[in-house]
Amino acid sequence: MQRPFALSLKLYVQLPILFSVLGVLYTGNDDFQAPNQYLAISDTTQHPASFGFGRPATKAEIDRLDIDIRPDGKGLPAGSGLATKGKIIFDSKCVACHGAGGIGGPNGSLVTTTAAGDKEKRAEKTIGNYWPYATTVFDYIRRAMPFNQPGSLTNEEVYHLTAYLLSANKLIDEKTVIDAKSLPKVIMPAQKLFVPDDRKGGPEVK
Amino acid sequence: MKNTLIQLSQFTEKLSRRKLLGGAATVAVALVQNAHGHTLQKGIPQSALDDDPTKVPGVPPGELGTRSPFEKLLKDPSATSSRSPLQDIYGMITPSDLHFERNHGGVPAIDPAKHELLIHGLVEKPLIFKVADLKRFPSVSRIAFLECSGNFRSGKETLRPQDVCGLTSQSEWTGVKLSTIFREAGIKPNATWFLAEGGDAAVMTRSIPVKKGWDDAILAYAQNGEALRPEQGYPLRLFLPGWEGNTSVKWLRRLELSDQPFMTREETSKYTESVNGRVRQFSFDMDARSIITFPSYPQSVEKGWIEIRGIAWSGRGKVVRVEVSTDAGKSWHLAALQDPILDKAHTAFRYLWQWKGDETEIMSRVTDETGYTQPTLKQLVEARGESGGYHFNPITAWQIKRDGAVLFKPEK
Repeated sequence: MQRPFALSLKLYVQLPILFSVLGVLYTGNDDFQAPNQYLAISDTTQHPASFGFGRPATKAEIDRLDIDIRPDGKGLPAGSGLATKGKIIFDSKCVACHGAGGIGGPNGSLVTTTAAGDKEKRAEKTIGNYWPYATTVFDYIRRAMPFNQPGSLTNEEVYHLTAYLLSANKLIDEKTVIDAKSLPKVIMPAQKLFVPDDRKGGPEVK
Repeated sequence: MKNTLIQLSQFTEKLSRRKLLGGAATVAVALVQNAHGHTLQKGIPQSALDDDPTKVPGVPPGELGTRSPFEKLLKDPSATSSRSPLQDIYGMITPSDLHFERNHGGVPAIDPAKHELLIHGLVEKPLIFKVADLKRFPSVSRIAFLECSGNFRSGKETLRPQDVCGLTSQSEWTGVKLSTIFREAGIKPNATWFLAEGGDAAVMTRSIPVKKGWDDAILAYAQNGEALRPEQGYPLRLFLPGWEGNTSVKWLRRLELSDQPFMTREETSKYTESVNGRVRQFSFDMDARSIITFPSYPQSVEKGWIEIRGIAWSGRGKVVRVEVSTDAGKSWHLAALQDPILDKAHTAFRYLWQWKGDETEIMSRVTDETGYTQPTLKQLVEARGESGGYHFNPITAWQIKRDGAVLFKPEK
């Protein structure tokens, strides 16, 4: 502390020697990367097999959060729905944002009158002409709707609304019962249009 | 430690009989007294700005830094997003309070002590982590951009860079590598996708290929040296460098490993784009893009030397070249790139130009390390058969008028 300048100067002079010694010591280590301007070990060199942080999740803890629905229907709960019952719920809880019959409305149409891939008319993207999987309708309504009361609907209500929206889009008959078995089987016309991203960088504009 | 607000008049009376802060006329500053009886300032008083700053004592030190009242930096909010003022930002880092925002159910209020992350599905050990647990793991920091894939606007001349593409921002993100958490939980070999779920009112979900998790995904808890801002996912978000912003799920509460994507609303009905009669899905990577931020609308220029400035970036790697045209695209000139040039990061560029007063158009185009060059709008429309949608990254031109006015050039 009394002669900081002298000390730092001494260290400065010794630094190259220190580096070369470390370099020799570390050459046997697979993770060692030759120093460019600085000397460092690679990120995972000292990682143990497990850190042991966090705690095991119990089945009850997982079930409480695991609400997603896959396209094959995995995750769908018990219960069933009918379009006629769904319409009643829709008219009271959804119509303000999505319009009468699911057409128009400030937050987007859900029901279309134009066919999938129809090039004549640039139709609004709806469940009927754009959504590739019927299971997504159930999953999304249950997790996020109605916008001002998300997560407030019962599974039964979500099934009713799902049936109503599929029926209004003429994807199912009005009398079709929608449940864990029937929902994944609903054929969505737009599904065949979906292709994975084929952009890869490089000179081509895609 | 409760602060008590004290009246300015009281403060001046108590501490000095002099016109310490220009009287009690206008007050753009709040004076607070902390538990130790120290008086602190928040902001600079408007009245003080009228005085010669060398003839009056300045305000005492504060608990938080302030922005000069002369600097009017504002995001531009809509119902679902808020755009960064790119034309007012210098260098490569977006101030945290100006980082763009996009949410699907508002910004949730989350107590970090109660927030947990569950990882389950195709894992050997389903685990739950508190935010404090995640902070114990080895950490990583990187500077990278985050851009919404719906980041292109046109249609009129009075658009600022903020309006054209203000849904891109850059921060230093700090957190734990997702690969570290994957190792901890033990990912089963048949796991190819994982679901990332937020704890917001939309409980927003995206399916992400497991490979991205091993490559460079971060579970971020900090941004630019402090905890995440609530708008950016406090207390925990996924951060996927170079990928469309929506995949960097905020307020992250759950990761579920699976052998297939979940086909959530945000990866089917939204964040997909019509391309030649098909629908392109899982278009994660953000293609290279650049924009001149000075001069731009609503700025104006004077004859003489002008340093054209802007930012360029690519979700596929580093920027290798930015070219600037000052003759409406007839000829192109290399711009200077400002160090550091980082992977998947906004890179500042500059080009010195002498404007002689003629009407013209200026524009920039970037090339990234894959050899991709930012296209014109015409090229994009030709390639996709669509005039808009997600992942539109066209060259942006600014018209320079004879009187020095700068206007956006809406392409047809």
